[in-house]
Amino acid sequence: MAERWDKADRTRLLERMLTIRRFEEAVDRLFHEQAFFAHYHLYIGQEATGVAVMEALGPDDRLATHHRNHGHVIARGSDPSLALAEILGRDTGLNHGCAGTLHMSDPDLGFISTSAIVGGSISLATGAGFALKQADGDAVAVGLFGDGALEEGVSFESLNMAALYSLPVVYVCENNSPGALGSAGGGFPTSVSAVKDLTDIPRTFGIPVETVDGRRFDEVHELAARAVDHCRRREGPYFIHAVTDRWAGSQPLWPEMTTGETEIARAYDEAAIEGEHADWFRDHDPVLIYARELLASGDLSRDELAELDARVTARIAEASEFALAGSPPAPESVNDYVFA
Amino acid sequence: MPTKNYADAMLDVLRTAMEEDPSFVVMGNEVLGIGPEGAQFEPFQREYSERIYFPPCSEASFAALAAGAAMCGQRVFAHLGLAPFTYPAFSSIANEIASARTSSGGRLDVPVIMHMSHGLLHGGGGQHSETPMGMYWNLPGIEIVMPSGAREVKGLLRTAIRSDNPTLVVTHAFGYGATDDVPDEDYEIPFGVADLRREGNDVTLVACSAMVGVALEAAEQLAADGVGAEVIDLRTLVPLDEAAILASVAKTGHLVVVDEGRLRCGVASEIAATVSERGFDSLRAPIARVARLDVPVSASAIHEAHISPSAEKIVAAAKGAVGAGAPAASGG
Repeated sequence: MAERWDKADRTRLLERMLTIRRFEEAVDRLFHEQAFFAHYHLYIGQEATGVAVMEALGPDDRLATHHRNHGHVIARGSDPSLALAEILGRDTGLNHGCAGTLHMSDPDLGFISTSAIVGGSISLATGAGFALKQADGDAVAVGLFGDGALEEGVSFESLNMAALYSLPVVYVCENNSPGALGSAGGGFPTSVSAVKDLTDIPRTFGIPVETVDGRRFDEVHELAARAVDHCRRREGPYFIHAVTDRWAGSQPLWPEMTTGETEIARAYDEAAIEGEHADWFRDHDPVLIYARELLASGDLSRDELAELDARVTARIAEASEFALAGSPPAPESVNDYVFA
Repeated sequence: MPTKNYADAMLDVLRTAMEEDPSFVVMGNEVLGIGPEGAQFEPFQREYSERIYFPPCSEASFAALAAGAAMCGQRVFAHLGLAPFTYPAFSSIANEIASARTSSGGRLDVPVIMHMSHGLLHGGGGQHSETPMGMYWNLPGIEIVMPSGAREVKGLLRTAIRSDNPTLVVTHAFGYGATDDVPDEDYEIPFGVADLRREGNDVTLVACSAMVGVALEAAEQLAADGVGAEVIDLRTLVPLDEAAILASVAKTGHLVVVDEGRLRCGVASEIAATVSERGFDSLRAPIARVARLDVPVSASAIHEAHISPSAEKIVAAAKGAVGAGAPAASGG
């Protein structure tokens, strides 16, 4: 499947992954500069999965994401300026400051409600699949969630209903628990399940499931495209289990840029990789992995990579300026959104 | 005008919705209850079998499923069963449905229709006799509809199905067989407009759902004793017709709020608080609340009667309000 990408495609895909990375670095920076205060979840380390899944979708497909939504929203093509303004709680944001980091969504791009209740996106995506199956056409629903969602009862109920009614839902479990400290280790919660292989759960309901290396764009995309095709052909739900190592910055309950802001030279300069996170830069950082592939294939020169990074960095700087310049919503505007 | 029961009234509306909207779906088990009226569902089921779903015992999931579908423009009538069965779905209702539109900054409508049956299910005990409207009213973002009879069931359910907001339509578990004069034709009853069911000058009785009938019975008894009771059927809790309540209290000077739900933080408490704040000058005596006692429901019929509102309790409260059995001077 990888051969379908030409140089322009691959450059665009890397640009999107890098946009998520620079976006998330800006979120962390703005938090530490006290530009907003809310518990936030970064998508660093999972960029290849989000970009690959979105690339496999069409414009009419519907999505339900969750508390770790920034990467999904950017990967789907939302304006980073509006997304950052939303995280900063500005009226100029995607959701007039009502969503913040936890509930950000862009309905014009097919997102339904973003639930920050673990398992919520599974249940809502199942409903989207129900509606799409009734409707004409071949649109599919996508539910994005973490491994913890498979600890909630509603997830089991929803998978059961998707299987019973053969709903066109691609369930995307982004398992970022490998290497996690977990609550017992003083970090962010991690998978706590008696089920050792999470793919046993969808399998119980007869839902086809595959595990994929979430760091690798081509592999995730190949699987996502097959899963989407399965749902477009109305052959029932499909379950993707994309596994990534827990990024060090997401180990603590409040993210920290423990790996520092990404030096793009690490894609080609071994000397730029050092310190306690050297293994992550070398083997687990999906953006660097994809950049290396493009350098190796000759799709991109080092200069072009630096240029791309400069362009993305400037775009996110512009987004930060836009976000910071936005006004907060008027207090009474909260009444405007409750009812249609 | 034809005589119909709740079940007929619901089927009238569901049939119209099926006919006018090819994507309309009914999802739920025992949509018309487990009494004899349940059998009325059968011809409807045969006619629209492809759009009627009997989901697994997964209230949390199918409430959210209906909401997710609604977010994509499909209207699902989700019958969640008896009110206590909605407790497993509470997260879906509170977290996924009530707040979704606000969280989207007004960019996403959630036109889902949820239906449940409430009230004493005689002998039902602690898990089959709930009236949790106070709890649901505490979740802003959901329209709450409480029909008092078959005519209201039809008109209000019709409005609920057309609403672009999440609606919670709550009928009484023992009401499916209750009859009324109900027009055959399609009609809507607007939300937020209370119905003045009986006029009187001495005391206002505010109620909703099956308690409207009980309040009317109490009003008859009060009239025999020379007390003129005005009876207001709220019809919807959200939106609430505050103006109708305040106007009536301005006329009578006395208020008794009747509700089948529990007293604390319940519907009766909310109405009483609203009138205390906004209608205090009209009041000539303290407001009385007649509601379920704050205990879990026991399966004993003796206990059920003891904890529930009744016409006798309403009469006693009304007489207490107007003053030791003597009606207050009207018009003053």
